[in-house]
Amino acid sequence: MHVAANEPGQSRRRWISYLLGTSFVAAAVSFLYPILRYLVPPEASEPSLTEFELDIKASDIAPNTGRIVPVGGKPVLLFRTPAGELRALTAKCTHLDCTVQYRAERSDIWCACHNGTYDTKGMNVSGPPPRPLTPLEVLTRGEKVVLKRA
Amino acid sequence: MAGLKSWTQERLGWDELAHLVQKKEVPIHRWTIFYYLGGMALFLFTVQVATGILLLLYYRPSSAEAFESVQYMMADVPFGWLIRSIHSWGANLFVGVVFLHMISVFFLKAYRPPREATWITGAVLLFLAMGFGFSGYLLPWNTLAYFATKVGTDVPAQIPGIGHLLSRILRGGSDVTGATLSRFYGIHVAILPAITTVFLGVHLVLVQRHGMSVPPGIERQGKPRTMRFVPDFLLRDMVGWLVAVALLAALAAFLPWELGVKADPFAPAPAGIRPEWYFLWMFQGLKYLPAKIAGIPGETLGVFFLGGLALVLAILPLLDRKRSRLWNAAAVVVLIGAALLTVLSLLPRKSMP
Repeated sequence: MHVAANEPGQSRRRWISYLLGTSFVAAAVSFLYPILRYLVPPEASEPSLTEFELDIKASDIAPNTGRIVPVGGKPVLLFRTPAGELRALTAKCTHLDCTVQYRAERSDIWCACHNGTYDTKGMNVSGPPPRPLTPLEVLTRGEKVVLKRA
Repeated sequence: MAGLKSWTQERLGWDELAHLVQKKEVPIHRWTIFYYLGGMALFLFTVQVATGILLLLYYRPSSAEAFESVQYMMADVPFGWLIRSIHSWGANLFVGVVFLHMISVFFLKAYRPPREATWITGAVLLFLAMGFGFSGYLLPWNTLAYFATKVGTDVPAQIPGIGHLLSRILRGGSDVTGATLSRFYGIHVAILPAITTVFLGVHLVLVQRHGMSVPPGIERQGKPRTMRFVPDFLLRDMVGWLVAVALLAALAAFLPWELGVKADPFAPAPAGIRPEWYFLWMFQGLKYLPAKIAGIPGETLGVFFLGGLALVLAILPLLDRKRSRLWNAAAVVVLIGAALLTVLSLLPRKSMP
């Protein structure tokens, strides 16, 4: 049966369809929103510490060697240059997040994942890393090594 | 017996299904062998589902226990080595067969109308297969997998704007930790299987609906002879599946899948870090990308390039409307490039200490 658009039944039907449609959309949004929020993990509360006393003696690190130490849950490369200076750099490669290592043969810092290298100041020298590693200040308290985040 | 048959027939309607099965035919021509690849992929997928379910009975998805539970399976559980090695080898064989299936469908132009949707669902299934491979790789929680996942989940972070959010969602935090393992486990055993079920279902229904495609060159010579799918083609299919099972068992027995060393977030990435072979071309490509190209970070460009490549692959039947030969040339270039990068990534490194 043909019903003219201006008949009251037709416009009422359209109004009800509109209400129903928007209700469906609103319901879908209210179901999806918590799910989408649930998928994003909460931000880890950044430790406010800036100073970390390590359980490592400064004399444990021989010249031209290095090791990874956990600092506030992140890996840090603690190493001694051939000249004898103790230095610390964030160990997270600035390319794609691998953990770098001290390479004694060349006295440089190397990321094994994509063959990126840094010098002992943390400057990106070759390979894909786009930025230098961040240095940490190295102090000694008694025998113990203390790292300070800038 | 006749009573049971008519009882089930009235309630389930087997006859319609039996009729469809009897009607299904496979064309016979010089390229018929490529029709076996889809069935082979499907078979290897069911092997993955079966062995995957068995692995669930012993596997523990936490950073403290995952490595040990796989070690226990490999060393102590009767035939645990077999189930796990078949799952690992099967995954690689499966991805390999899926690639071959796609390459043959491409060169035989089986994506011509009306089979565009079959290709598109197939491309999505390829991405899902790679997702399975990537998420499953981390589950044993060994050093290789740990760093490969660090790199792999940092790649989406290169997308401007939403990259970091994407990477956080994938990792379940800002770093690869036990939270990432839980997430990848959920993705590997629940989310991807659910999505795959839908796409695989549509893919298979479409294959039945349109029947096997006859390559254009064969079509021009007239309608080829056919063989019945049941039993003629299916029995040949099953010979191939038996060979696949034998190959998997032999690989599992003679080359058991290695477990490696437990992941240590506070150890440097060891030399020789590499992902599964089907990601090697991307991995090698990332090494060659300079830090900046025309002021834009190299990795960002790389991610956009890969995204573009995936998009072109997925909607290829909609782009290749005129069946231009340029597409074949482009595909050959991409395949040779990927093969070259893969070989380069396997060569010993000069700068290794």
